Amino acid sequence: MCTPRPKLGLIVNPVAGLGGAVGLKGSDGVDTQEKALALGAVPLSPARATRALERLAKIKDLFDLFTCGGRMGLEATRSAGLAATVITDPGDVTTADDTRNAAQAMAGQGVDLLLFAGGDGTARDIYDAVGDSISVLGIPTGVKIYSGAYAVSPAAAGELAADFLQGKTKETHDAEVMDIDEASLRQGRVSAQLYGYLRIPRRRRLTQGVKASSDAGEAVAAAVAAADVVHDMKPGRYYVMGPGTTTRAVMSELKLEGTLMGVDVVRDGKLEARDAGEQQILDLVAGRDASVVVTVIGGQGYLLGRGNQQISAKVIREVGRENIIVVATRAKLNSLQWRPLLVDTGDDEVDALLSGYIRVVTGHDEQAVCKVGGLEV
Amino acid sequence: MRDITKERFADGKPLLRRYHQARWDEPIVFELSSKDERGILLPEVEKGIRDKVGDVLDALPEGMRRERPPALPEISQPQVLRHYVRLSQQTLGADFNIDVGQGTCTMKYSPKVHEDLARSPHAACLHPYQPDETVQGVLEIMYSFEQILKEVSGMDRFSMQPGAGSAAIYASASIIRKYHEMRGEGDTRDEIITTSFSHPSDAACAKVAGYNIVTLPPDKDGYPDFEALEAAISERTAGLLMTNPEDTGIFNPDIKDFVDLAHENGALCFYDQANANGILGITRSREAGFDLCHFNLHKTFSTPHGCGGPAAGALGVTEELAQFLPTPVVACEDGIYRLDYDRPNSIGKVGAFHGSAGCVIRAYAWAMSLGADGMKTAAEVAVLNNNYFLKKVLEIPGASAPYASGKYRIEQVRYSWEELTKDTGVHSEELGVRAADYGVHYWTSHHPFVIPEPMTLEPTESYTRAELDEYVEILRAVAQEARDNPDKIKKGPYNCPIHQVNHDEFDDPNKWAITWRAYQKKKDK
Repeated sequence: MCTPRPKLGLIVNPVAGLGGAVGLKGSDGVDTQEKALALGAVPLSPARATRALERLAKIKDLFDLFTCGGRMGLEATRSAGLAATVITDPGDVTTADDTRNAAQAMAGQGVDLLLFAGGDGTARDIYDAVGDSISVLGIPTGVKIYSGAYAVSPAAAGELAADFLQGKTKETHDAEVMDIDEASLRQGRVSAQLYGYLRIPRRRRLTQGVKASSDAGEAVAAAVAAADVVHDMKPGRYYVMGPGTTTRAVMSELKLEGTLMGVDVVRDGKLEARDAGEQQILDLVAGRDASVVVTVIGGQGYLLGRGNQQISAKVIREVGRENIIVVATRAKLNSLQWRPLLVDTGDDEVDALLSGYIRVVTGHDEQAVCKVGGLEV
Repeated sequence: MRDITKERFADGKPLLRRYHQARWDEPIVFELSSKDERGILLPEVEKGIRDKVGDVLDALPEGMRRERPPALPEISQPQVLRHYVRLSQQTLGADFNIDVGQGTCTMKYSPKVHEDLARSPHAACLHPYQPDETVQGVLEIMYSFEQILKEVSGMDRFSMQPGAGSAAIYASASIIRKYHEMRGEGDTRDEIITTSFSHPSDAACAKVAGYNIVTLPPDKDGYPDFEALEAAISERTAGLLMTNPEDTGIFNPDIKDFVDLAHENGALCFYDQANANGILGITRSREAGFDLCHFNLHKTFSTPHGCGGPAAGALGVTEELAQFLPTPVVACEDGIYRLDYDRPNSIGKVGAFHGSAGCVIRAYAWAMSLGADGMKTAAEVAVLNNNYFLKKVLEIPGASAPYASGKYRIEQVRYSWEELTKDTGVHSEELGVRAADYGVHYWTSHHPFVIPEPMTLEPTESYTRAELDEYVEILRAVAQEARDNPDKIKKGPYNCPIHQVNHDEFDDPNKWAITWRAYQKKKDK
């Protein structure tokens, strides 16, 4: 039987990373880009994209490559010695629209994997265009990247893409896309919001080793922790479910269709509200027995204030600190190197109330004690 | 005439071995079976005896008689010998290679002279059900070894019954439960606190024993976070299970504070000393205030790891908890040794009989051959070797040792190749597989990883400086190859019996079988 060759898409954001070296903390917007170039910034994105592509050169006859014209992909593929089919041609000055259009065109082309080179802004554009409908993977070229959809380095991105195209790794998982407020960043404040989830390949381990117990896998670990939360749910009580993949696992355990990005409210195993806003939540929980269920968001480890603002300071006050249930996998805590979890409700008093230590449900009858700090410094 | 001694070094550094391992492509032993082929032919029973005795099988109870002969392969002796020796050539282990890569396992030398002792008929032909008066020697060894462990740890009583470290941890969780039950707090104290860098068995065994597990995070220095303990401890805490030093190799100097706080809250403290190789004769669990501790005889005390056993996790407790130890224990009165089964508050049995006699004999021989001074020297050399190793490994670009930067470690270090991975896209596991092309192995870490791209190395006292240098040179060469030729690493190994294993098949039960019988059932599906 003859199977068609896998298709790889490539989109390079040529201006990503432009602002970093010259201290502009990002590259969003034509103004910032012009300023960066005036300061002598050199675009790093194309060279890093080439570096990733060089890792694919060894299997270049095993896949078909689709890209965009000029600096949005073709130049990088040429530098890496790969042949590619151009499916969009953006012209000299490229914008976020070009990225989005290209991503949609790639999805239309039926690519098995879309490689994109850029930063958080690029990840948002990809998400806006294709959501989690296709598998994607980021080649990091931006300034410090907060989104989880990126490999650790261009070389690592190339290797993972090669493995995925050869079928050596088939699993994918949801990776956070973060929305960074660059204006705040320039003022020294990090304000990263959960924007969405992209589906990226999961790296398969080569060996487990004699001493390692079998790796439960993040999905299974999340399901077990979720089952523990469900097991302890009390009848008649309202549960305000924050966004995230681990809280989604709780909804799956309840066999309810919640929103990955939004806040849902559950009671007695039924969905009371879907994608609720702050007021709707307050109307439901005021004066009643209620708990808030949240997980850890983003590479910085936020509990509150980054994508779950509907669970506001008011809601926390109403529900009470002792009724906050945090659920997360050990792998998530490990990936944060067990740094303190962060809260930013916008209300200093409530933030202070939440500081200290909190128990996080990590499995069946298993909890981790985590420190909760203030704003990230 | 060539001077072959000069071919091993260049510029003072050892040259890499031109290693290649045997690859026999050996079938499963059942495939070698040939009907009616035998390794031993039993002599015929003489007629006179047969007439007198009759059929001995008549004495077997009906329900214990086999319906069919056992499905063993039929092979003669030389074929069996060749088969297993060939398989042994395809493995790595403490008898073959510089086995410092199996950090936390303490792969030290198991003296072969002790094998002579353990395998002599005086030891090996004993039966655990023999009357006490006929096995005074082995009971004396067990009792005497217990006295040694008491001195090493400061504890009051030991049981040799747990068949592994995990079994000892499970036993201690059971003792903790019994202790609280007898004080009427069995129901209310349902939590065990442990730490993120403790051995996973600490959490797992306490979990199996029915406890809710609470894990403390590390602080920024890598020590367990004391404030987190303050937040977590309550009247629901039954016990605190900790390892020290933890897998990172960092010794927590404030360990006593942890114990004191636990005691103030009515909880017991268990010290996981599975690996005590860096602290023998230097620090004791009793001085830190612990109520229970254990030692893996197959780690610190030199008994062989075997093929995952037989092993022994000697469990020590304070006098107050001695009543709960597994039954039987070895008692001595007026120079007569006996097994004491009269222990109404014991937690029962956690292993077969009174322990693995073979393991205890070897461990006792090791301790006696070194003496107290010798054991302390072993610990000091292990620590020295580890810190020498630390310095050399950190000279390799891309290697780091997270936490406690600039500080000395005890007996092992958990390194990280994160920088190298960022630069080259090559992961720690891939480096380890390629290192096997030079006849060594290394272990990454427990899962899930905390330290990224980990490598956990423990030199012990059993390797020479030349051997440690050779291992470092192998790591250096492989790390350099990751930069120069990452594809070569990723396609390795090249000189080992097996190439890469397709892990996808592990998830499909129809693609694997762990017994021949299971294979027979599955193969036609």
